[in-house]
Amino acid sequence: MKSATTARITAPGDVTSFNLGLALPLGVAFAIFFVLPLAQLLYLSLHNDTAATVWGLGQYIKFLTDPFSLAVLGSTLLLGAEVTLACLVLGYPIAWLYQRSGSRLQTLIIMIVLLPLLTSVVVRTFAWIVILGRQGIINSVLQSLGLIGTPLRMIYTQGGLVAALAQVQMPLMVLPLITAIGRIDPNLSDASASLGAGSWRTFFKVMLPLSMPGIIAGCTLTYAAAITAFITQSLVGGGQMLFMPMYLYQQASTLQNWPFAAAISIIFLFAVLAIVALFSTLGRRARGYGDAR
Amino acid sequence: MSGRQRNWEALSFQIVMTVIAVLALILIVSPSLVVVIVSFTSGFSLKFPPPGYSTRWYVELWNAWQLQFAARNSVVVALWSTGLSIVLGVAAALAISRSKTLTAKLLDSLFMSPLVLPALAFGLAALMFFSLIGLPVSLLTLVIGHTIVCVPYVVRNTVAALAQLEPTLLESSAILGASRLYTFRRIVLPLIRPGIISGAFIAFMSSFDNVPVSLFLRDAATDMLPIRMWQDLEGKLDVTIAALSSVLIIATVALMAIMERATGLSKRLTG
Repeated sequence: MKSATTARITAPGDVTSFNLGLALPLGVAFAIFFVLPLAQLLYLSLHNDTAATVWGLGQYIKFLTDPFSLAVLGSTLLLGAEVTLACLVLGYPIAWLYQRSGSRLQTLIIMIVLLPLLTSVVVRTFAWIVILGRQGIINSVLQSLGLIGTPLRMIYTQGGLVAALAQVQMPLMVLPLITAIGRIDPNLSDASASLGAGSWRTFFKVMLPLSMPGIIAGCTLTYAAAITAFITQSLVGGGQMLFMPMYLYQQASTLQNWPFAAAISIIFLFAVLAIVALFSTLGRRARGYGDAR
Repeated sequence: MSGRQRNWEALSFQIVMTVIAVLALILIVSPSLVVVIVSFTSGFSLKFPPPGYSTRWYVELWNAWQLQFAARNSVVVALWSTGLSIVLGVAAALAISRSKTLTAKLLDSLFMSPLVLPALAFGLAALMFFSLIGLPVSLLTLVIGHTIVCVPYVVRNTVAALAQLEPTLLESSAILGASRLYTFRRIVLPLIRPGIISGAFIAFMSSFDNVPVSLFLRDAATDMLPIRMWQDLEGKLDVTIAALSSVLIIATVALMAIMERATGLSKRLTG
């Protein structure tokens, strides 16, 4: 303790930072329980047989030449895009409204947005089964209005799944948007208006480009969450639609085909990383764009 | 553009944005409300509106020992994972937050990566790893797995709180002769405590709610609540789950209100 005190006094600038060694325990935990397992996953995926004795790219070739597997990957990536778009279109106005509201209303909006984030995902998904089901709200309203005779099938459809996922993932889009819109200098919108631009023009030419970092951050989080949302995909999507997480789980758990499941994981992981990298490249472009203006 | 045209233009913009925002907010809230209402049904199905009202499904829930067993496991795992996340995460956040070195930046990305990587892939990897080193699935493996995916929330919130800490406070404390430990206890910790608590809160909720990691790391003896609920729902649409869901929704709302009071959670999450 004494020597530390002397060292501090001789180097006063140092007191504002902490010893990097404090990160060691978590670093070690991550090395053992995060990096090693993922390395083992990669190792296993590079074997052609289930006993993991023959090296080879067999599992990857199997996946990439199988139309069924590719269709699963494609529909998963498409699902993510649809959910992200829905969240952006619905979430941006929430963030906009938040920035124009008084402090009380702001807290209320945040609480509403946070509620699904903190409620159990099974509960949230279950709610959508109640809404979209044969005896659910939408069907009973439409039937009582006499618009439909027999209940519509909404659960186990792509549209129903996108709606459910959009609701479940909305907070991930809205929170970064609120932060980004809050950082925009309000004078810029006024300047745009006084130079003769209308509200819509100001929105698309000033606000939207300047909030691009938030849009990118929100899209990244929403996309990554939507494509891995195992529970919602399986309960609202049903058995007819197969996405990557369920495919992976079936191969690993039911069929015990670990090397193939490992290869699916790695492919899925790289697909996610590629999307994240794409978004962050766009993000850097957007920031440059924002600065240039 | 004439004045009237411009007014109409501004008005149309505000109306469109406000209408979408309100609709989106209703879309976010309504599922939770619907579940709470349906849970009080007197019937056997999830019909909405319910044919009549009763508390029979809550009585049913009181006797659902499988769900209670799973709930107890989930709480135990969430508490342990949150505790570990606080100890490991706060220490790591202190180390990396004020360092500009490449090591600190790399560690930061490493600690954040469980948030982006598909958790299901990590769950499978963890299961294979534990079976390789001969550790059978148990509450211990669940705690380890959950800690890895929950610690990023503590790190992120603590780093954010530390970023707002004035370095001059630390300097003044040092100049006045306080030891580093004393400065940490009396200056740093009180100032970053709300950040730590809100990070821990989110870590707890996400552990309690975790599916992808639990899916691989649990077995019948260590059943976890979200998995139990999911498997029940796959079999039949049980109204007992609606009762349980409303209990969870109400508990979440209550916890959120407490956290808002204690830490200003809402401001913290929007930067």
